[in-house]
Amino acid sequence: MSDQSISYSNLLEQKNEIMKASVGIDYDQYKIGKIAFDYEKMLADTGYKIEDIEKIQSESGVGNTPLKELKNISALARKHSPKGYGARIFIKDEALNDSGSFKARRASISCYQAKKQGYKGVIAATSGNYGAAVASQAAKYGLKCIIVQECYDSRGVGQPEIIEKARACEAYGAEVIQLTVGPELFYTFLLLLKETGYFNASLYSPYSVLGIETLGKEIITDCLKVTGKTPDAVIITNAGGGNLTGTTRGIRKATDNKVQIIAASVNLKGLHMASDNDFNRKSFTTGHTGFGIPFVTNPDRSDVPRSAARPLRYMDRYVTVNQGQVFFVTEALTALEGIERGPAGNTSLAAAIAIAREMKSDQIIVVQETEYTSAGKHHQAQLDFAKKNGILVEFGDPHLEVPGKSIILPRSVDDLFVEDIQLDYLRESYLRNVLKGVESISEADIDYLIKETNSSHDYIRRLLDEFNIRQEEQL
Amino acid sequence: MAKKGTWVQIHKIILSPEERPTTLPQDTRAVPLEMWVKGWLLADCLLGETARIKTVTGRIVCGEMVAVEPTYKHTYGDFVPEILEIDRIVKSDLFGSDEQ
Repeated sequence: MSDQSISYSNLLEQKNEIMKASVGIDYDQYKIGKIAFDYEKMLADTGYKIEDIEKIQSESGVGNTPLKELKNISALARKHSPKGYGARIFIKDEALNDSGSFKARRASISCYQAKKQGYKGVIAATSGNYGAAVASQAAKYGLKCIIVQECYDSRGVGQPEIIEKARACEAYGAEVIQLTVGPELFYTFLLLLKETGYFNASLYSPYSVLGIETLGKEIITDCLKVTGKTPDAVIITNAGGGNLTGTTRGIRKATDNKVQIIAASVNLKGLHMASDNDFNRKSFTTGHTGFGIPFVTNPDRSDVPRSAARPLRYMDRYVTVNQGQVFFVTEALTALEGIERGPAGNTSLAAAIAIAREMKSDQIIVVQETEYTSAGKHHQAQLDFAKKNGILVEFGDPHLEVPGKSIILPRSVDDLFVEDIQLDYLRESYLRNVLKGVESISEADIDYLIKETNSSHDYIRRLLDEFNIRQEEQL
Repeated sequence: MAKKGTWVQIHKIILSPEERPTTLPQDTRAVPLEMWVKGWLLADCLLGETARIKTVTGRIVCGEMVAVEPTYKHTYGDFVPEILEIDRIVKSDLFGSDEQ
């Protein structure tokens, strides 16, 4: 990036040192076993309590978004439910944060921390709303800002949603580095951190995840205010896992009542996330299974040594919906509720309508976010772009949708469905990833794995036996 | 000829196909990793020639100048009739149809 180039492998060798300088956290101090680390201490050591975060956010255009009951959509779901079923659906209208999404919550604490620690600027690697959020918050704190995006395929064709994000970032004063497809975005990102000495406003740092706890807390307080009850379920669009982690932690700080946490992602099965050819064959650039599943089963694959986003600890259920269903409900939200929002943020709404039909009519399901819409992001821009990239768009049975080949729009609310991903499948996959090459582990590691997988001692022991991993004797 | 101080966009190759990791899918590994960034020209320059620019954060970057005073051309897309059909489906379902 700077004009002196450093080879890919040489730079990766400097990764830990660059990370330590750019996040201001020595991750090594949290190691407590062969694989375990002290997650809660890592978060607590930031020194931010939820009340501090509420104050910072209220002074920076973030939070206290309205919780709205979707009366017409709830009525429509109820009409297509058995008698006595069809839950009340509420939406937390996060599009009303400065910069237009819940990501402002994550960016606010990262930028506050960067300013406090005396960094001159912030850098984030993101093609999504987080870029605009960091740029917007950086503007408030007088910080310089660089956003690194994966934007174009090798033909130079840009995903319209990501081009819009670049526009928003530049509008807020950021320098935007746009790249073609490839995971070496991380190489560019490291080079920039080394060159500038800026703060790494990673989506996976403790600051970024703590910033979302206020969203979980607000859902509980808003819902109590409006309905007199806590929600039965909260549904959260899942990609890197920070949204689910932070929201659930906030919910648990606000209530002891059982609230079912449901993760939802758009099903992009079969499309390779690092493929140049597949890049413009998907209509969702985030909130999809291409990020959701790898980050659930291997959270530390992120851009910091230890991710603060650990979704498997918190989810009670994980469902997928198809692209056509999300476009359908995005338009339904506009037509029936008069709320025009971006499609990616409506992933959890698509799932909520299907799930509301399984719930009793006096139950409450909260859809935890919306995002702004605009040129490029709008569902018409995305459907048109899909058609121009050879994707078949038609009405039919959404079960028949093939990501990268077709987008099947539901013919009616009856066609909306969710597909469950079994949590034990994800747990096993997680354990295979973290235990790769490990022959023995300690008691501290076992306790950690129980928390990481939200499972039991018996479950972990059974899997360890299956993988032929022994427990070390205690000294 | 774009004058010194003009807002431009440059393009450069970050990694050639040979420098990219072997773990990439074949289609991605067959092409270079490319980059675009914008800034102010530090000296007069012709399109297609190598330019030195200063970005908004003050970084100095060199690359082929590909656009002068670049702007945004993304849109709401061409008309998609299916969107109006979704309106018809959900409204008639909930409120009844106007058709006799």
